[in-house]
Amino acid sequence: MRALDLDYMLGLVPVILGYVPLTIGMALAAMVCALALASLMAVERVVRVPVLDQFVQLFISFFRGTPLLVQLFLFYYGLPQILPVLAGINGVTAAIIGLTLHFSAYMAESIRAAILGVDRSQWEAAQAVGMTQVQSMRRIILPQAARVAAPTLVNYFIDMIKSTSLAFTLGVTEMMGATQKEAAGSFLYFEAFLVVAMLYWAIVETLSFLQKRLERRLNKAFAR
Amino acid sequence: MISIRGLTKSYGTNTVLDAIDLDIAEGERVAIIGPSGTGKSTLLRCLNYLDRPDSGVIRIGDLTIDAATARPADILALRRRTAFVFQSYALFANKTARENITEALITVQRKPRAEAEARANAILGEIGLSDKASAYPAALSGGQQQRIGIGRAMALEASLMLFDEPTSALDPEWVGEVLDLMRSVAERRQTMLIVTHEMQFAREIADRVIFMDGGHIVEQGPPAQLFDAPRDERTESFLRRVTKA
Repeated sequence: MRALDLDYMLGLVPVILGYVPLTIGMALAAMVCALALASLMAVERVVRVPVLDQFVQLFISFFRGTPLLVQLFLFYYGLPQILPVLAGINGVTAAIIGLTLHFSAYMAESIRAAILGVDRSQWEAAQAVGMTQVQSMRRIILPQAARVAAPTLVNYFIDMIKSTSLAFTLGVTEMMGATQKEAAGSFLYFEAFLVVAMLYWAIVETLSFLQKRLERRLNKAFAR
Repeated sequence: MISIRGLTKSYGTNTVLDAIDLDIAEGERVAIIGPSGTGKSTLLRCLNYLDRPDSGVIRIGDLTIDAATARPADILALRRRTAFVFQSYALFANKTARENITEALITVQRKPRAEAEARANAILGEIGLSDKASAYPAALSGGQQQRIGIGRAMALEASLMLFDEPTSALDPEWVGEVLDLMRSVAERRQTMLIVTHEMQFAREIADRVIFMDGGHIVEQGPPAQLFDAPRDERTESFLRRVTKA
């Protein structure tokens, strides 16, 4: 066994750190879009709009039932052959769209469960004071569902950050792509991938810390 | 003037409300008593369409709503003329005491925030909970929660206040403060329809007491008459059972 090249590893850290903004940026963009899409689908699944409901179920089933990597390839390499409009799409955009669709399917189910978990009396009280369905949902039900869904949603966000590494298969030079290039130049694969693993880990640990603070804030209303 | 005609509600083959007719004058305080499962709560819940009646017409002032034709906009209009106090309080769990009162004033009645808050502060004073304005429901006792529930209903200035067994879920120690508050609401000649098991309270504040059984109004009249000289055998036997306990 040879010794680790620590100098190389230390030198690599700032290089890969330079790609953290792109990784986080892709994950954040996908998270925001996925949250919006998932909330809409979750609300639809609760109120069950005919026809739309079947479509949403099919969507969720497909995007939960196939691997993210396959979806990304299908979307980036496959779809433009059928729809020439998509030919100019860049890897970053494709990755964000792919992550959005994939994770929104999972998130829709947890948000739906959280909505259904809100006590029925909360609906009734909102209706009784004269709120419309939309007002009841937005002002009373969703904020309470958010508290229940938050831990799961943050877990999906963590998963999403790690999944941005797949964007390198679409030719995007993000943390993983950059590491791959560095390693290919130095042949120090172990060092390079160990560094990137540690950096992913550090990002996720930071998020877990923020997650605890978020949960404490969301639970404020329920503290005795 | 509120008038209810032929209000009917069934669950499957079980008819819970059987063509109820009822008029309530403005400022009248009506108490409904009767055995469990005889449609008292369903009547209240049908009056604001928390449960949709199968048929029947409800008239509140110039608003008429027929179960056969009621559209969502009609139902909203009806709900905006009524206020509901729940047995289980049903305060908005994600809102503070004050926000529970301002919420509908702002989102439904479109009052400016400052006006809604001033109104909420005045009500918090009346219900004796000014010091709990920023507390969330989970941090309040049952009695305090129900007082906020009543405060929330008062703030709406509804034509008709509906009380669905407002003290039944309370620990005995909190019943008194909630009844006191309802008494002070009644003193303002607010039109009230109260489903209750508190016979003494009904006798004391109601202008009229209704005895319901099996989805029907069996008997009604001034409290003294209904409690002391019931005409129907069912009323008599119910009163005997509850007063013996």
